[in-house]
Parts: sequence; C-alpha cells; structure tokens
Amino acid sequence: MAITTARIRPYLIAVAAMLVIWQGFAAILDTETLPGPFAVLTAFTISMKGPMASHFLRSSYRVLISLVLALITAVPLGIYMGRSSRADAFLSPVVYLVYPVPKIAFLPLILLLLGIGDNSKVFLISFILFFQILVTTRDAAREIPREYILSMRSLGANRWQKAAHLVLPAVLPKVLTALRIGIGTAIAVLFFVESFATNTGLGYFILDAWSRLNYREMYAGIVGMGLLGVILYEIVEFTDRTLCRWTKL
Amino acid sequence: MIKFEGASVTYQTDAGPHPALSGIDLDIPGGEPCVVIGPTGCGKTTLLFLLAGLVSSSAGSVQIDGDQALRGRRETSLILQQHGLFPWKNALANVTLGLTIRGIPRGERNEQAGELMRELGIWDIRDSYPPQLSGGQKQRVAIARSLVTEPDLLLMDEPFSALDAMTRETLQNLLLRIWKERNFTFLMVSHGIEEAVFLGRRIVVLSERPGHILTVLDNPGMGAESFRLSDEFHRQCIQVRRALEDR
Ligand SMILES: Nc1ncnc2c1ncn2[C@@H]1O[C@H](COP(=O)(O)OP(=O)(O)O)[C@@H](O)[C@H]1O
Ligand SMILES: [Mg+2]
Repeated sequence: MAITTARIRPYLIAVAAMLVIWQGFAAILDTETLPGPFAVLTAFTISMKGPMASHFLRSSYRVLISLVLALITAVPLGIYMGRSSRADAFLSPVVYLVYPVPKIAFLPLILLLLGIGDNSKVFLISFILFFQILVTTRDAAREIPREYILSMRSLGANRWQKAAHLVLPAVLPKVLTALRIGIGTAIAVLFFVESFATNTGLGYFILDAWSRLNYREMYAGIVGMGLLGVILYEIVEFTDRTLCRWTKL
Repeated sequence: MIKFEGASVTYQTDAGPHPALSGIDLDIPGGEPCVVIGPTGCGKTTLLFLLAGLVSSSAGSVQIDGDQALRGRRETSLILQQHGLFPWKNALANVTLGLTIRGIPRGERNEQAGELMRELGIWDIRDSYPPQLSGGQKQRVAIARSLVTEPDLLLMDEPFSALDAMTRETLQNLLLRIWKERNFTFLMVSHGIEEAVFLGRRIVVLSERPGHILTVLDNPGMGAESFRLSDEFHRQCIQVRRALEDR
C-alpha cells in the first residue's frame, strides 16, 4: 500500500500543477479555443462513458499491436547484429541509410500494399519504432562483457540457453528505455495515421470534434491520448520493476 | 590427467599474428593442485582458456584424460578473473546456473547448491544480487558456482587478486580445505608468489610473452594452513622469486 501511495502522489501533484497552469491560461486567453480544465474533464467523463470509449479502445489496440510487432522483430535482429560482426557489417549500413528517412514518405507505397485499413496504420507505427528499438538493442548486445559470454560458453550452454540466461536479461533494460522513448513517437504517429481514411480512434475523434468546433470534446480526446500514454508508460515501468530489479540495487 | 605437448597459441589480430604461448610441455597428474605464475601478459589466461577449450592451439596438443581439451567438457569448471557472475541473477540462481543448463529440476538444484553454499558460508545471502555482495562473498559464490557441478578439474584465473589480504588468505584456506575434501585437480593462475607456494603442489613459472615454461617447481610441503608459518614456505617463496627474476 505504502509503495502505491508513494508512486501515485507525484502523479497527483503533477496533474494538480498542470490543472492550475491550464486554468490560468484559459482565464487569461478567455476563448472558446481553450476551455478550462473543469469543462474538459466533465466532457472527458461523459465522452468516456459514451462515444469516445470505443475510439480509445481502437487506438489502444493499434498502438499496442504496433509496439509488440516492433519488439518481436527488432529485438532478435538487434541481438543478431550486436553479436555477429559479419551480420553487423552488412546490415548496419542498410539501417543507417533507412533510419533517418522519414518513414511517412513511404506512406503511398504502404497504402498501396497494405490497403487503407488498420494494417497500414499499424505497419507505419511499428516501422518507425522498429529502428529505434533495433539500434538500441544492437548497441546493448555489443556491450555484453566478454567475461559473461565466456562463462556461458565454458558451461556448455547452447544458443537458446545463452539467449535466455545472458543476452535477453542483459539487453532488457536498454530495450525498455528505447520503449519509453518509442511510446512518445508511437502516439504522435498514431495521431497522424488516425487523421485520414478512418472514422475510428482518438485521432479521428479529436479532428472530428475540431471540425464541429466542439472544443470541449476535442480536448477530451487529447486527454484520452495522454491517458493512453500514461498507461503504456506504466506497463513499461511495471516490467522494469519486476524483471530488471537488479539495475536498481 | 592434463598433458600439454608443444602447445602454442598465436592470436590473429589486425596488427598481424600475436604469439601468446610457445611450446608448452606440461604434465599434471589427477588430484594435484598446480599454480601458474608469470609476468602480466605472458599468456597465463590463454593457458587456462586452452584447457577450457575457449581458444585452440595453433601447434601442439592439449589433452585431458587422453581426450583433446574441448569447450563444454562437463567435468571442467572455470572461474574467470572478474568472476563472471550475472548481475541479474541472485546468488542462488548464479550458483545453480550450471545445473539449470544441464536441465536438472529446481528442487534437486537447490538441494545441491544449498549444501555447498552452507559450507562456503553464503547460504544466508542466497537472495542477494552480485552488486550487493562484498568482493569475498562474490568470490565464494563464484567458487560455489564452479563446484556445484562436481568437476574433476577446476580452472581459476587469478580468482583472489582483487581481494584484500585478509580476505584473500581466508579464501585460500577455504579452497585448500575444499580441495582436500573433494580431491579435484586444480590449475590456478596467480601473480602472487605466496599464493603460488601456499596452494601449488607444483608451481609453473612462465617467461615473458610469448610464454614458455621457465621451470616447474616441486612443492611437497604444501597442504596445511600452518605451512605459511614454516621456514620451508619462505624458502620456497624465495625459489619462486628467483625463478621469476631469472627470466
Ligand atoms: N583474444 C585475443 N586476441 C588477441 N590477443 C589476445 C587475446 N587475448 C589475449 N591476447 C594477448 O595475448 C597475450 C597474452 O594474454 P593473456 O593470456 O591474457 O595474458 P595474462 O593472463 O598472462 O596476463 C597478451 O599480449 C594479450 O594482449
Ligand atoms: Mg590474465
């Protein structure tokens, strides 16, 4: 219980501070475009009980699937590149070439190949996350001390045992850091992909409310995106606390 | 038990071939403790890695019980210089790692490890992680990890060099006691003359790189903790020192 309180208190203080600043700006600007926090939170509660709930779930689904897809592709490949200098010599130039290109530039191609449904949306988000996680994982795998590798080898461990007992635990803290950064990116891209060719998701909900000049609902949608981010961060934090306890000693 | 015949190792580096050991001839009978001593960089670690099958000889041969020394020999255990404990596993999980890899069920693993860890005085810290342990405790965990698989050959690379003098002596005594109880062969690399004389029934003195054997000293007086206080111990230390300076 004490731990829970200690973790929740900073959140409450941060939220309270934001509400005060928000209220201040709303009072100074005194415009329809920025309603006060009380009005927005009321709209948020009402929308979450009504139409916004399904949009929230749809967005959560899209971003979660994207994160999982990026993880299960980038982590193994990153480990492979980090542990095999031959693979690295061949693949790293490819990565460096593609990494800085804005992936959104591939959108026409992605839409052509995957259609305008969820597939292309999920693909674009995970494609962008993929590179962030890949490069971090590769670097973490490279840095595994030789001592550890030799230990496992002398014990006669096979490839899978090395992965389970050595490589995965060694790279996990860095992967989680990449995820923390990636979540921000993922939600930004989520908003973008939900801004066209769909009538579901928080991005659509926000833009639709805007087009109807319903600023309270628009901000309710923005609060929803923030909430989605907080939930994702907390999943990462939970994983970190349970699986990477050793980094906090 | 161990037989080196003209064993040489040359590392291939970007700067060209880098000879580390040249023409090692050495016989170590089973059950005997042997300490290898020599200047830094002369190839001591390489010698251990040859036995562990982690490097292969570029000339000559290395045999254990008549078989070529290969990686993953089940009866060989290796303790590395930085002890190689995994920071993400607690002491117990580190100790049982070798058994886990052999697919031994948890109950059996913990039972075997428990006995050994009590003997080594580390059972109470079984739930602690390596960063929470002192140098001496880490080294005990490393010893437990290497002994839990009941090896007949224990290879150690300067295991006690990072410890303070008091802890080092305690662990040397502990190792001696365990060796007497279990009677495995051990080969320890050391750069301490006193450690070599205290623990080595044979003391192998290596030259500067590329390491070759300068002499092998016989040290029949070792085997008791009180040996440290004897005149013979001091005479032997002087012998080793001479051999090292003779190079
Ligand atoms: N993997 C390696 N590749 C290239 N050179 C190495 C490698 N390992 C050791 N060496 C070199 O071989 C020599 C002997 O190394 P080592 O056996 O570690 O010496 P010691 O343990 O006696 O200090 C040193 O010059 C070292 O730099
Ligand atoms: Mg060495």
